[in-house]
Amino acid sequence: MSDTATIVRTVLEEHGRLAVPVDGLQNESDLYAAGLTSHASVNVMLALEDAFDLEFPERLLKKATFSSLGSIVEAIDEIRVDA
Amino acid sequence: MSARAPDRTLSERVAEIARDVAGPAAADVDAKARFPHEAFAALRAIGALSALVPVEEGGAGASLAEVGRATEELGRYCASTAMIFAMHQIQVACLVRHGRSPVFADLRRRLVEEQLLLASATTELGIGGDVRTSSCAVETVGERYRLEKNAPVISYALHADAIFVTARATPDSPPSDQVLTVCLKDDIELEPTGEWDTLGFRGTCSPGFVIRSEGPLSHVLDDTYGDMSARTMLPVSHSLWGHVWLGIADAAVENARRFVRKAARSKPGTTPPGALRLVEVVTQHQQLAELVHGAAARFDSVSHDDDVLTSVGFAIAMNNVKLAASTLVIDIVGRSLLVVGIAGYREDGPFAMGRLLRDAYGGALMVNNDRIAGNTAQLLLVHKD
Repeated sequence: MSDTATIVRTVLEEHGRLAVPVDGLQNESDLYAAGLTSHASVNVMLALEDAFDLEFPERLLKKATFSSLGSIVEAIDEIRVDA
Repeated sequence: MSARAPDRTLSERVAEIARDVAGPAAADVDAKARFPHEAFAALRAIGALSALVPVEEGGAGASLAEVGRATEELGRYCASTAMIFAMHQIQVACLVRHGRSPVFADLRRRLVEEQLLLASATTELGIGGDVRTSSCAVETVGERYRLEKNAPVISYALHADAIFVTARATPDSPPSDQVLTVCLKDDIELEPTGEWDTLGFRGTCSPGFVIRSEGPLSHVLDDTYGDMSARTMLPVSHSLWGHVWLGIADAAVENARRFVRKAARSKPGTTPPGALRLVEVVTQHQQLAELVHGAAARFDSVSHDDDVLTSVGFAIAMNNVKLAASTLVIDIVGRSLLVVGIAGYREDGPFAMGRLLRDAYGGALMVNNDRIAGNTAQLLLVHKD
């Protein structure tokens, strides 16, 4: 598992307020089905911005970005390439 | 059965119904807190209830802007009729945009042919007013669903042919993982839990019920409610509700205009005292009209662009429409009353404004503005543009 994925998991565990432990989730698991609310997804994003010292651009601020661990990691990789 | 006169637009035909049918019944609908039967019989007769269904499926293929205009026309004469019309069209929009299976195609066919009236049950006791969470859940028994929901309000439940009910996807799902189930009238049992005796929107007949429903599992819409909420419910609701309030404002401003004109006629050569205040009212009314018409046009221009619809910026914009429109209407009706004065304060006579005033206050309360502001405040933390 990449470092990015590990940090994303930690952030989700702390701020995602999911109904299940993050450890039990696959990279593709649907986070919304796991109980992620739009309210919590905002907190997750703020924490990710802090942890990775980056800013999510407007175009990534959509539901799909936070739909799974994989899509979050993908978004972060994308932001880093652009930076 | 949708008798179409192609040379006249939907909103023109609805305007006629508003003036000739909904308007004359409005006082009685309000006084008795009864369903506006006559207006809906007339709307059904012109096929207005399936206006949003695509032409290839037998509907009018109307844009949200066009349905909005029709809603506004109704709102001018009877806000309850307009609100029911708006709430129905919101469910139709969900059915059209999210009902992909043959079962829902069939329901759209019935909607066109029988002009079904669709209602919704989204709020629930014990969830603190947050419609994006549910406590009740869809239980699956073989090929059938079963659900029971204690809803503090279901508008026109007793007059609807189907009720769209939100619930958790399964009994094990978290509160935010919701689906929308189309519960047909024959599959529903309604146990009333209260009365509907309110200050305004009295004709929407929205008391509480425990709703129990059992039917084929295929009646549960595929998309999650969260998805439908962002892509359809939120923008369509805020646009159409806005048109209801705009209709109320239209009526109030028209009242004020008539009053000032009458005063001017009685003393030609002098500007009536209310004329300057009328300028303020008309200025605000223009803001509201541009805002609300713009919201519908904005949705129409991006209605198939999921990236835009699910973006933070779009959600904030639609929340802004709701917050601004529902407060502007109160201000416009209040200021119009100041122009008209005691003639508007009277409950009788041609300038009476009591019902407009009572209805105007409903907008800020239905899906409470403070809740929406709280949601926007959250979104603003991450919004960049």
